[in-house]
Amino acid sequence: MSRHRHLIGWVQAAPLAAILLAFLVAPIVMIVIVSFWGATEFSIYPAFKFDNYEFLFGSSVTYRVFGATLKYALITWALTLVIGFTVAYFLAFHVRSLTMQIALFLVCTIPFWTSNIIRMISWIPFLGRNGIANQTLISWGVIDEPLDWLLYSDFSVILAFVHLYTLFMVVPIFNTMMRIDKSLLEAARDAGASGVQTLVHVIIPLTKPGIMIGTIFVVTLVMGDFITVRFMSGSQRANVGRLISNDIALLQYPSAAATAVVLLCTVLIVIAILLRFVNIRKEL
Amino acid sequence: MTRLAKPKVGYTRRSMLKAGGAALAASSLPAPMLWAQDTADIVLRQFGTGVSNLNDVANKVKEDLGFTLEMTALDSDSVTQRAATQPDSFDIADIEYWICKKVWPTGNLQAMDTSRIANYDKIVGIFRDGKLTPDSEIAQGTAPHSVGFVDGPGGTSFASGETGWMTLIPTIYNADTLGIRPDLIGRPIESWTELLNPEFRGKASILDISSIGIMDMAMVCEAMGEITYGDKGNMTRDEIDATFAIFTEAKRAGQFRAFWKTFDESVNLMASGEVVIQSMWSPAITAVKSRGIPCVYQPLKEGYRSWGGGIGLSNSLSGMELDAAYDYINWYLSGWVGGYLMRQGYYSAVPETSKDFMSENEWGYWFEGKEATDIITSPTGDTLAQAGEVRDGGSFQDRMGAVACWNAVMDENQYMVRKWNEFIAA
Repeated sequence: MSRHRHLIGWVQAAPLAAILLAFLVAPIVMIVIVSFWGATEFSIYPAFKFDNYEFLFGSSVTYRVFGATLKYALITWALTLVIGFTVAYFLAFHVRSLTMQIALFLVCTIPFWTSNIIRMISWIPFLGRNGIANQTLISWGVIDEPLDWLLYSDFSVILAFVHLYTLFMVVPIFNTMMRIDKSLLEAARDAGASGVQTLVHVIIPLTKPGIMIGTIFVVTLVMGDFITVRFMSGSQRANVGRLISNDIALLQYPSAAATAVVLLCTVLIVIAILLRFVNIRKEL
Repeated sequence: MTRLAKPKVGYTRRSMLKAGGAALAASSLPAPMLWAQDTADIVLRQFGTGVSNLNDVANKVKEDLGFTLEMTALDSDSVTQRAATQPDSFDIADIEYWICKKVWPTGNLQAMDTSRIANYDKIVGIFRDGKLTPDSEIAQGTAPHSVGFVDGPGGTSFASGETGWMTLIPTIYNADTLGIRPDLIGRPIESWTELLNPEFRGKASILDISSIGIMDMAMVCEAMGEITYGDKGNMTRDEIDATFAIFTEAKRAGQFRAFWKTFDESVNLMASGEVVIQSMWSPAITAVKSRGIPCVYQPLKEGYRSWGGGIGLSNSLSGMELDAAYDYINWYLSGWVGGYLMRQGYYSAVPETSKDFMSENEWGYWFEGKEATDIITSPTGDTLAQAGEVRDGGSFQDRMGAVACWNAVMDENQYMVRKWNEFIAA
């Protein structure tokens, strides 16, 4: 009987396992293999050499670009966390009726009805030298000269990231907040805790899994991005994704694969560290 | 949610849309017809960069020659890769001369017998002996004639002169320079050095396509007198390093507003006034102008950076398909396409045949550099110039006679590409 159950378990797991094997594991294995290959200008050939990695780790550009990628991830994470937490808190604890909560939550998703790229590109005319932002500021008399750093800068890149990815923070945090037993908050209040004390000692600890899931979303999305950085910085800034996309455009697949492997490892390490803080599985 | 579960009665709006869509698809994609003649069954597959892969050309081929031309437009990196690695995926490769230099050694293309090209004698000198006029100097870089001929039908290395066996039949070419916004600059621009002039700090741009961008950079560095190149089209590592050092310094000092990679980006940068001087392509200037914004394709004293493309035949073409391909090439050079391309500001390999397909006003404006006597329109009907205007840079001889270098692929290409990546990340 137990053997039979064992078999059924395997069969039930098989479809998902097969899909993951074919579409996740196999491509990653391919990428790792190709990262050791060699390339000419227009072809790649099988080999086992460390040239790609040697070049990668030997170039100061790599370190600078990985540094920039982590910087984008960190700043975006901090901003999306503050905004996302505030929005989720408002939705979960200030809005009383469930209908209203759902309605407002859907309002949050409205920007997602258009494509990622359009949401990003629409910032460009807004922030440009002769854009709405600069013209408004000038007409208010706040500034005399247009601000150049509004567009094609780290500022515009991070602004776009925050705009694109805040919802990924709101959703999981809102989700965990909704599951907090309201009687706990009442208990805290009855025990004489102030609003801030309730927030710090009750709500934040109970929301940690949501924060962590949101963090993983935002960090992986930002670290894997290349198109936002390209458009919003006017190709002037680079992150790891852009290194990879440049290599691919120039048919240097092995070099791109090596960079991708290093990026993958970096992201996995970051997530491993994050998971040390909170056990997500316990909370799901 | 419950609404979805309702049974559908009669015609809903959605089902009407579906039916309409299907009907549309059916009418625009008719079932393949059976033809009596053999030529009509022939399908030639052409791929190349977007510039000359035009649906109008395919339609006209069907009308004039009877066979079908299937076109695929790709970016130049993909074109190179496909020509080099997938010889059976195409019959006709529409590629640039520098790509030919990379791809020819793979043996995927076959040389063409010039005795079968009716207008061969009328092809401009640039593509034959490299000289526009007998006394003109040959520019640096991958000049078309230097990779235009091989010794025989099976030749794998390029010949130094006309041999009767051509690698590519030239189809389209032009001279590129910097685009400027005269209204925002307000003074004459005469030299490539202006791209790095601190006066335009934060208002300059260059294209983020390494093989072309490096040439624009070289034009600037040479004009500044900072570097003297042996051959801009084939730099040494030291020359590459020195070039990037100058541009990295300028980038760190905030000279560039942005880099552009696609045609649209270059148009938007210029039209919005984010940038007042940048590397640009001829049709992009036209696109800015058609929005009513002044934009000039500024001729510069150091000359132009030029590029040229041509048609190559796949090695696997033979028999009737090969004959059809020769018919296509002869048709291509017979004038209709040339006229079409020249009315966009490009040049045709056999300008004199194109003349019959252009009005006197168009010929005067585009080729002879004369004042337009009437409105100049593009093949698609947009107004490009008013009566009395003159083409930037003047006549064909003025422009193509002032070419300083051709787009090229260097021996140190891979090194250059890595340096380019560093430059973008700097």
